[in-house]
Amino acid sequence: MIRLRGVRKSFGERDVLRDVSFDVAAGEVACLIGPSGSGKSTILRCINGLESHDAGTIEVDGVAVTPQSLPQVRAAVSMVFQRFNLFPHRTALDNIIEGPVHVLGQPVAKATARAMALLERVGMASHAQAFPRHLSGGQQQRIGIARALAMEPRAILLDEPTSALDPERVGEVLKVMRDLADGGMTMIVVTHEIAFAREAADQILFVDGGTIAEQGPAAEFLSNPKTDRTRLFLSRVRHPL
Amino acid sequence: MQEFLADAALFLPVLLRGLGMTLLLTAAALAVSIALGLLWVLMGYARFAPLRWISRAIINVIRGIPIIVQLFCIYFVLPEWGLDLPPFAAGVLGLGLAYSVYQAENFRGGLSSVDKDLIEAGTMLGMTWPVLMRRVVLPLGIPAALPSLGNTTIMLLKDSSIASTITIAELTRAGQLLAISTFKNGTVYLLIALLYLAASLPMAAAVRALERRFARK
Ligand SMILES: Nc1ncnc2c1ncn2[C@@H]1O[C@H](COP(=O)(O)OP(=O)(O)O)[C@@H](O)[C@H]1O
Ligand SMILES: [Mg+2]
Repeated sequence: MIRLRGVRKSFGERDVLRDVSFDVAAGEVACLIGPSGSGKSTILRCINGLESHDAGTIEVDGVAVTPQSLPQVRAAVSMVFQRFNLFPHRTALDNIIEGPVHVLGQPVAKATARAMALLERVGMASHAQAFPRHLSGGQQQRIGIARALAMEPRAILLDEPTSALDPERVGEVLKVMRDLADGGMTMIVVTHEIAFAREAADQILFVDGGTIAEQGPAAEFLSNPKTDRTRLFLSRVRHPL
Repeated sequence: MQEFLADAALFLPVLLRGLGMTLLLTAAALAVSIALGLLWVLMGYARFAPLRWISRAIINVIRGIPIIVQLFCIYFVLPEWGLDLPPFAAGVLGLGLAYSVYQAENFRGGLSSVDKDLIEAGTMLGMTWPVLMRRVVLPLGIPAALPSLGNTTIMLLKDSSIASTITIAELTRAGQLLAISTFKNGTVYLLIALLYLAASLPMAAAVRALERRFARK
């Protein structure tokens, strides 16, 4: 479903991605973990074309990501941001129908009906008319997820969706993500929530210095990491301080 | 004092008519300046490079010529090329054109204050540039530009007095004519100053209200 081969990207002098290759099959959940600055966000941003890659190929559903194919790619892949990035001048409901109405051209009534169902699904039905600034971080992120789902994407990319949240708000967002994973949604999640990765991920990819340093099925990766680098990283994430 | 009040009662009707013309001229020139300013800014953001060059060139040319000279060009030079505008139209066009560069700067500031993350969110949803502008950048950027737009309007109100030089009977010219015919320069110009203040102080208050409202967000 999503396939990267030899993807490279540099910002000026800095090589941020050097030779990134991996596959995520339809219905699969892949978790990207790795130290800050290792290139995880850049990988997601290259997949839906918020950044262009310099070399290698990225395919979504067999379609190569190029400047020409961006509309098609973005229709297939939605994104959820670390800082939510909700439109502050629109209500929760209007944030969700924004894409369906103004990008996909759906009638407002149809989009609204679908959005209400999505709000129900993320437990935010009673906040349909709230503006983002009146919602907690966890609530905003659930709207962010509903906004991504409203585009009826084939896959969604989540970039540290819980790391800007107060600790007591993390669970409500993880629960929505679990439901999505259980529902068969193809997901690539950048996260340091190891418990989530263990329970929901099919594979874990350890990103270090702009490459996939280690990858494997979630249970095996977590219980039996192969490199010292991975072991060290996992122990730091599990035992901060 | 009593003489001042008697004169004021005599002069005020004339001056108030002048003030009415000043406000009309300001409002019309404001509309022109906003429309053109927005056009320069949108051209400045265009993908097609020549549009950006044209926008930049227009802004530099207009900004480099004194307003009074621009008015004279429109009122005295254009007729020689066959475009004969009545004074009011020439004044609106001249002031509107001159002020369009300040409005462009106001809009540019407002639009560039829009959070890049929100532009990315729109892009992620698949918005094309025009949709992004219409749905995200303009609705967030224009309110952000309103306080500086208000300040520019106050400047425009005052600079509309330049239109007195092309025979428009706005407040300044109405006062000049009155002063010449009555020799009461002191009374007349004091009244003119007070009338300009009466018009601009409420605008200044409105700008402050906008700024407060915006700071709260
Ligand atoms: N737009 C950009 N311009 C320049 N450097 C960038 C840009 N975006 C990211 N980087 C750099 O690329 C590296 C990887 O960033 P990122 O993908 O955000 O890492 P991660 O998400 O793993 O923390 C960092 O060193 C970051 O400073
Ligand atoms: Mg990141």
